[in-house]
Amino acid sequence: MESKRKIRVLAAKPGLDGHDRGIKVIANALMDAGMEVVYTGLRQSPEQIVETAIQEDADVIALSILSGAHDFLFPRIMELLKEKNVDDILVIGGGIIPEEDIPSLKEIGIAQIFGPGTYTADIVRYIENNLKR
Amino acid sequence: MVDDNSLEEVTEAHKRWSNKVESQLNKRPERKDAFHNTSEIPLKRVYTPVEMANFDYLRELGFPGEYPFTRGVQPTMYRGRFWTMRQYAGFASAEDTNKRYRFLLEQGQTGLSVAFDLPTQIGYDSDHPLAQGEVGKVGVAIDSVKDMETLFDQIPLGKVSTSMTINAPAAVLLAMYLAVAEGQGISSKDLRGTIQNDILKEYSARGTYIFPPKPSMRIITDIFSFCYKEVPQWNTISISGYHIREAGSTAVQEVAFTLADGISYVEAALDAGLNIDEFGPRLSFFFNAHLDFLEEVAKFRAARKLWANIMKERFNAKDPRSLMMRFHTQTAGCTLTAKQPKNNIVRVAFQALSAVLGGTQSLHTNSMDEAFALPSEEAVQVALRTQQLIAHESGVVDTVDPLGGSYYIEELTREIVERSQEYIAKIDELGGAPSAIEKGYIQKEIQDSAYRYQREIEKDERIVVGVNRFQIEEKPPKGLLKVDPAVRVSQIEKLKRLKEERDNEKVKGSLAKLKQGAEGDDNLMPLIVDAVKAYATLGEICDTLREVFGEYQPVGTIG
Repeated sequence: MESKRKIRVLAAKPGLDGHDRGIKVIANALMDAGMEVVYTGLRQSPEQIVETAIQEDADVIALSILSGAHDFLFPRIMELLKEKNVDDILVIGGGIIPEEDIPSLKEIGIAQIFGPGTYTADIVRYIENNLKR
Repeated sequence: MVDDNSLEEVTEAHKRWSNKVESQLNKRPERKDAFHNTSEIPLKRVYTPVEMANFDYLRELGFPGEYPFTRGVQPTMYRGRFWTMRQYAGFASAEDTNKRYRFLLEQGQTGLSVAFDLPTQIGYDSDHPLAQGEVGKVGVAIDSVKDMETLFDQIPLGKVSTSMTINAPAAVLLAMYLAVAEGQGISSKDLRGTIQNDILKEYSARGTYIFPPKPSMRIITDIFSFCYKEVPQWNTISISGYHIREAGSTAVQEVAFTLADGISYVEAALDAGLNIDEFGPRLSFFFNAHLDFLEEVAKFRAARKLWANIMKERFNAKDPRSLMMRFHTQTAGCTLTAKQPKNNIVRVAFQALSAVLGGTQSLHTNSMDEAFALPSEEAVQVALRTQQLIAHESGVVDTVDPLGGSYYIEELTREIVERSQEYIAKIDELGGAPSAIEKGYIQKEIQDSAYRYQREIEKDERIVVGVNRFQIEEKPPKGLLKVDPAVRVSQIEKLKRLKEERDNEKVKGSLAKLKQGAEGDDNLMPLIVDAVKAYATLGEICDTLREVFGEYQPVGTIG
């Protein structure tokens, strides 16, 4: 990574969930912290998200889902990244995700899950310290 | 409110008192330099008759059940009958949700409120590729009228009122409800309930849109006109501020954007040739009950007054029922914390109390565990008990609008009315709510407020108990509700069986007629009712309309 290049984040809403308050607040905070953010908008399929991440040369994919469909959609996104041999994008997630689901999501490569009440400052710090490239 | 002589005396005394207090602030400072509520309304140290000098009781307040309805839409309010206790519920299959409904009715709930899953809300059958992972998750999966029959099995639709949170495909779900009622032998004239049917806030805040604004508005006015004749006791729309607030708006923005949407629906119906006093009485509203207790009480009163005024002055409605803003309230889901979840019981109780003091017609109280998952049975019971406690134990229900006349509440009510009017004027300038949404104006306003709110929390300017103060080490909660992913498999099997057993020629015929109707300007409701009764699925009906109407493309608002 060039030293001057801004961190590029794809903020994504997989599935049919329409709750975008959280992802928009986070997108704003990441931009204020000097990152470049591309927001996908609602109703993105896993295929669309992975394709956009590659096209946009994203360093980070930040997934937000509040509908409970993370148990299907998150693994599907990780599978597609693997198929495309992408292993240097940091993938993080957030939303309404029960604690008991988190270990299995981490196992498949979601680096961190941020639940309700998380400070945006903590997400900024996490991204800065955990980039894969 | 006070005569001129005593007003002068009070003004003098107020000055003297203020000087004294100001002079002591060095020694005894206040917690903050300035106080304001979520709507950025600056708050004074104390409110007195001085602020109320030009207050005209009859014009501003009047009496309960009379224009401008500030004090309530019914003359006796809860002395006559409590609000409807209506818990929003739905998950997994129609069988599972039917069990939850019967549990809630046994527990003393007085109305039903259906939560549909996202594929249903967006007009996809459970076997659609985009439905993967979503079937039965945030609500019940309904693919055809057969699922709807199961959902209301052994529930007498002539006796219970049912609210359905359904928007883009509201016409289809209403048609299914009518078909189920007919099967139970109940006339559509006796049915009571509500469909949300508010597409504008889907574009601006909630996200379950299908069609572009123009055909969406047509479906809505078709429903208004159909129900006036066929389902006269039905609330044909629930114009919703709830989701606008959840998306991050302030209280004033909630009132303003909701009423601006309301104005657009009225205009669309008038343009379609309907008479204001035919559809006006069936318009209903839906608001959020948020944290700032007194701001919320004032908000409900302000919204009611403002709507009465808009219907009377702007639209020249004559029937008093057209002027009455009847509304449902839900406590604010976005204020529930994952930390120390039992604290949520207390938050919900205060929020529910503000809705009751604000004169709500029906109420949903959130469950303590909803920052993690859909509510468990135990959590929803506490939530319902909270309403029963307010109704039967608190005593606030025994007099109408008990906070009316409080200097502070009346001043806040006036401020919220005026600030909302300014927003509505701005939206009028932009060409009305649909056009303001098209320009991204409403979304941006909401988003900015949401970001400001979050920054206030992170800077410790806003304290969230258990989150940024009074934290403890705790274990994750147990006993959360989990939806079995097998629901999708069984829904797909049901769909297969349905398509084998039904008369597919009849389905085709009804969908062809629907398509023709959509291309022309026939009322779509009777055509949808026919399709539903022929066992066309929700997805088939919505796909037929997608072919004619196309799909909505949202505008980007980030950055």
